Amino acid sequence: MAGLLQLLVSGLATGATYALVAIGFTLLWQTSQTINFAQGEFVMLPAFMVLAAMRFLDLSLWPALALGAVGSLLLLGAMFKKLLVDPLLRHGVLPLVIATIGLSILAKETVKNYYSGEAQRFPALISGDTIPMGGAVLSVQDLINLGVAVTAVVLLQLFLARTETGRRMQATAQNRTVAAILGINVERMILYTFLLNAALVCLAAYLITPVYLATYSIGEGLGLVAFTAAIVGGFNQVRGAIVGGFIVGIAENLTAVYVSTQYRTAVPLLLLVAIILFRPQGLLGRVEERTT
Amino acid sequence: MNGTRLWAYAAGIGVLAALIVLPQGLKPYGISLLSRWAVMAIAAVGLNLTLGYAGQISLAQAAFLGIGAYTTAILTTHGWPFWSALLLAGGLGFGIGWLLGYPALRVQHHYLAFVTLAFMTMAYLIFRNEAWLTGGVFGINRVPRPSLLGWPATKPLAYYYVCLGALAIVLAGSWWMIRSPWGRAFVALRENPRRAMSLGVDIRAYTLLAFAFGAALGCIAGVFFAPLVEFVDPSAFTLADSLGLLLMVVVGGSGYFFGPLLGAMVAVLLPEWLRMAQGLYLIYYAVFVMVLMVFCPSGILGLFDKILRSLSRSAPLAVRKEAQR
Repeated sequence: MAGLLQLLVSGLATGATYALVAIGFTLLWQTSQTINFAQGEFVMLPAFMVLAAMRFLDLSLWPALALGAVGSLLLLGAMFKKLLVDPLLRHGVLPLVIATIGLSILAKETVKNYYSGEAQRFPALISGDTIPMGGAVLSVQDLINLGVAVTAVVLLQLFLARTETGRRMQATAQNRTVAAILGINVERMILYTFLLNAALVCLAAYLITPVYLATYSIGEGLGLVAFTAAIVGGFNQVRGAIVGGFIVGIAENLTAVYVSTQYRTAVPLLLLVAIILFRPQGLLGRVEERTT
Repeated sequence: MNGTRLWAYAAGIGVLAALIVLPQGLKPYGISLLSRWAVMAIAAVGLNLTLGYAGQISLAQAAFLGIGAYTTAILTTHGWPFWSALLLAGGLGFGIGWLLGYPALRVQHHYLAFVTLAFMTMAYLIFRNEAWLTGGVFGINRVPRPSLLGWPATKPLAYYYVCLGALAIVLAGSWWMIRSPWGRAFVALRENPRRAMSLGVDIRAYTLLAFAFGAALGCIAGVFFAPLVEFVDPSAFTLADSLGLLLMVVVGGSGYFFGPLLGAMVAVLLPEWLRMAQGLYLIYYAVFVMVLMVFCPSGILGLFDKILRSLSRSAPLAVRKEAQR
C-alpha cells in the first residue's frame, strides 16, 4: 500500500510535468494547426541553454535560469513562429510537420555536436531529500515538481478563463475568422500562444532535468508523451491535456512496477490507440469541426 | 513526345547506365552504400505510394523494414531459402499494413500519424525485448546472402546488382500500378475523398490497399536489407528511422514517381560524397529540409518542376500529372 502511494505521488509528479508540455502542444494546435514534432526538443533546449550559460558565461544558477527563460521565449516562442510557422501555415499541415521534424533533428544534433553527447547533471532548483510518510518514502523533489506544475496549470487556467487577453486567446483558438471580425488582434493572440508554449516547456525543462539529467535525446520520449497526453485528453481541450498528462504519468509508473519495465512506454500508447479508435475526440474533447 | 520528355528519357537511361557501370570501379564500401541506397529507395517508394499518391500519412515505414529484415534473418539463419523469406515478408507486410489501415478509415491527419507512430514504437519494443525471437539487443548475426538460381550473390558487387534489380522490379511494378485504375483511385483519394466516393471509388478498400502496398514494399526492402548488412538489430528500426524515410519521400518530392529515389540519394549518398561527419551533415540536412518546406513543400522535384514551368510553357516533367490525367 505504501509502495502504491509512493508510485502514485511520483506518477503525479511526472504527470504534472507531462501536462505542462502537453498543454503547450495543444495550444499550438488550437491556434495555428501546428503539430509540433519538436516539442520534446523544446523541453531539452532550455536546459542546455542554462548549462551553456553557466559553463561559457560563468553565471551562477539563478541568472542562468533567467537567461534560459528569456532565450526560450525568444527562440522557441517568437522566432519559431516568425521563421518557421508563419511562412508554412499556408501550405497546410504536412509541410509544417515535416519542418518541425527537421527542427527536432537540428536541435538534437546541434546540442550533441557542439555541447555534449553525454548526459549532463543539472543542478536542482531546491535541494531536497526524502520524507517518510505513513511507511512510504516520498521524494521532496517530486512533491515540489508536483506543486510547481499544478500551480502553473491553475494560473494558466485562470489566465485563460478570467482575463481579457486569455479570453481573446480562447476565442482565437475556437474560430479565427469570427475572432478577427470581433476586433481581436488575431496575430498577436497567436504570438502570445507561442510565447506561452515556450514558457511552459521552459518550466517543464527546469522541473524534469534535475531528475532525469540533461541529455540531447531526452526530447524523443517527451515529445511522444506530450502527443499522447494531448490525444488522451482531447486535442482541442486544455483541460484534456492536463488529465492526459496525469493519466500517462501514472500509467507509466504503474506499468513499470506491476507489468514490465520493458514495455513501460507501450502502455500509454496502447491506451491511446484504443482512445483514438473508440473516442477520437479524446476523453474530454469536443467533436471537432473546422471549416478551414 | 516533346523536348522535355525526350530529355527526361535520356537522363533516365544515363542514370541507369551509370548505376550499372559505375560500381565496377568502386571500393566495397562505396558499393555497400549504393546497395543501401537501392534498399532504402524501395522502402521510400512504398511510403510514397501511401503518402504521396494516396495521401495517408504513415510514421511506421521503418517498422515494416524491420519486420522484413527480421523475417529474413530468422528464416535464412534456420536454413530456409531466401525466396520463402521474400514471399512471407511481402505477405506479412501486406497483411499488417492492411490492418494498420483500419484506423485510417476512422481518423485522419494527426490521429492517423499517431496510430502509426504507436505501431512503430510497439514494433521497436518487440524487436528489442522478445529475445527468444529476435535476439533482443544483440540482434541476429551472420545473415547469409542468397544465391539466385544457383548463382551466389555473396560478393558485394553481385549483391548490389541483386538490390538494383529488386529496385528496378519494384519501380516497374509501381509504375504499372500508378497508371492503372488503382493508382488513379489513389490520387482521387488524396485529392478529394468525397468526390472520389461520389464517383464510385470504394474509398475504404483503396485506403486499406494504399497502406497494404506501402507496407509490403517496406517489408520487401527489409528482406534485401538484412543480407546486405548481414546483421540485424533493433537500432536500425527506430522512430527516427521512420521519420528519416518520411523526410526522404518529402524531400525528393512526395507524389512524384522518382521523388523517393532522389530523396534516398540525398539522405544516404550525399553525406559520403561531401565527406562530412554524420552529425554535422544532419545539421545541414535539417536546415535544408526546413528551408525547402518554406519555399517549396513539394520537394526537390517540385522545385525542378516550378523552374521548368517558368522557363517554358511546355508540359511539366512531373510524372504526377501523368497519373492524374
